[in-house]
Amino acid sequence: MTDAGHDACSIPPPASEASGGEGGERSEPGGGLSLFARPPAEPKCPPPLTPPHHSLREWGEGNPRAVCHSATLAFLGVATFLTIVCSLHAPAAEIPQDQRRSGAAFMSRETQEMQEDDRANPGMLSVLDGEALWNDAPPGAKSCAGCHGDAAVSMKGVAARYPAFDDARSRPIDLEQRINRCRTEHQHAPPFGWETRELLALTTYVAKQSRGMPITAGTDARSRPFVEQGRVLFNRRQGQLDLSCAQCHDDNWGKRLAGSVIPQAHPTGYPEYRLEWQSMGSLQRRLRSCTFGVRAEQFAYGAPEQVDLELYLMWRARGMPLETPAVRP
Amino acid sequence: MTQALVNVPAKAKRGEVIEIKTLISHPMETGYRHDTNGAPIPRDIIHTFVARYNGEEVFRADLHPAIAANPFITFFTVATESGAIELTWTPDHGEPVTQTANITVE
Repeated sequence: MTDAGHDACSIPPPASEASGGEGGERSEPGGGLSLFARPPAEPKCPPPLTPPHHSLREWGEGNPRAVCHSATLAFLGVATFLTIVCSLHAPAAEIPQDQRRSGAAFMSRETQEMQEDDRANPGMLSVLDGEALWNDAPPGAKSCAGCHGDAAVSMKGVAARYPAFDDARSRPIDLEQRINRCRTEHQHAPPFGWETRELLALTTYVAKQSRGMPITAGTDARSRPFVEQGRVLFNRRQGQLDLSCAQCHDDNWGKRLAGSVIPQAHPTGYPEYRLEWQSMGSLQRRLRSCTFGVRAEQFAYGAPEQVDLELYLMWRARGMPLETPAVRP
Repeated sequence: MTQALVNVPAKAKRGEVIEIKTLISHPMETGYRHDTNGAPIPRDIIHTFVARYNGEEVFRADLHPAIAANPFITFFTVATESGAIELTWTPDHGEPVTQTANITVE
């Protein structure tokens, strides 16, 4: 099945298209950075698969009508199938830096306005919660502020470099894990559970201090091997649908998956408020949702694979400004 | 903890139409859902929102289970005189939440 699709893709395109070359598919964004411009939706499969209309008619001449009808249907079915397989099978290419767009650029104007207005952005409720927790000391211990002082100063830029390499674990850890480590080691308090209101609120509060700053995670030498592991995971087909992350988010961004636009998967606003969830959620939750969507076994919260993927995605979005707390549909 | 964000213009001209935006954190649990053990999750929504301008009620809304979590309510009123705009959300469980914002009318 896969081979068939691949072969179909290798049929040489007609001369007029061949001049565009392999990488020409998305090379002219047509104002790709403007908010509502959709990238050109050129077919990945060359048109020869679909016969010109007149040839179908000729093909059917002289045959009994029923035979012609079913043959046409079968032919169209195969052509459609190959088109689908082919479009999913295009080689994964990373999105050029100047064509990268935040998920916010794919949203409706109303949702963008909700994110931009701090008095309408429901993520700001979590920021307020986080601020209270930052100043709230667990029994017998100092509060976060007791050591770190004013978060606006001490936490500025921190979220932009997470997941970051951790000496104790000899591997990168994400911001949630870092906060929980501080909590268990320095505050001697039980860690917050994944996706609890408290952990999301503290993470959102810390990350909000870096809003507008460029992402730098994954650019240091020690993180490189883990970025590469994340890249492998991102490109690995998985689940019953046999899809990799890259097949949607590198190859088919800007198109629609049912009613929703496929974004480029830049984690610029986590933890974020998802209208679908009616709550805040972490990047790990988002990754698990996508894994569920392709009907694959989900990695557990905090699994090394999850953090490697987070790290790769942050590195892939390097230089893009953080938006936490983002709003997404 | 319940957090509320209120946006009332600090200053307005007399007779001006002003927009007031409010956002409050609340799960708005519908009462129609079940937990993982099959037990029904009891309804817990904010059922009433009231705005008072210097004690006089200027806006009221009844909320129902179909309203999403963290309800965002905006409304317009006329700036008549300087004073306080008091906003009250009343949930099924727990105490009503009240926030007050001051406005100066010139």
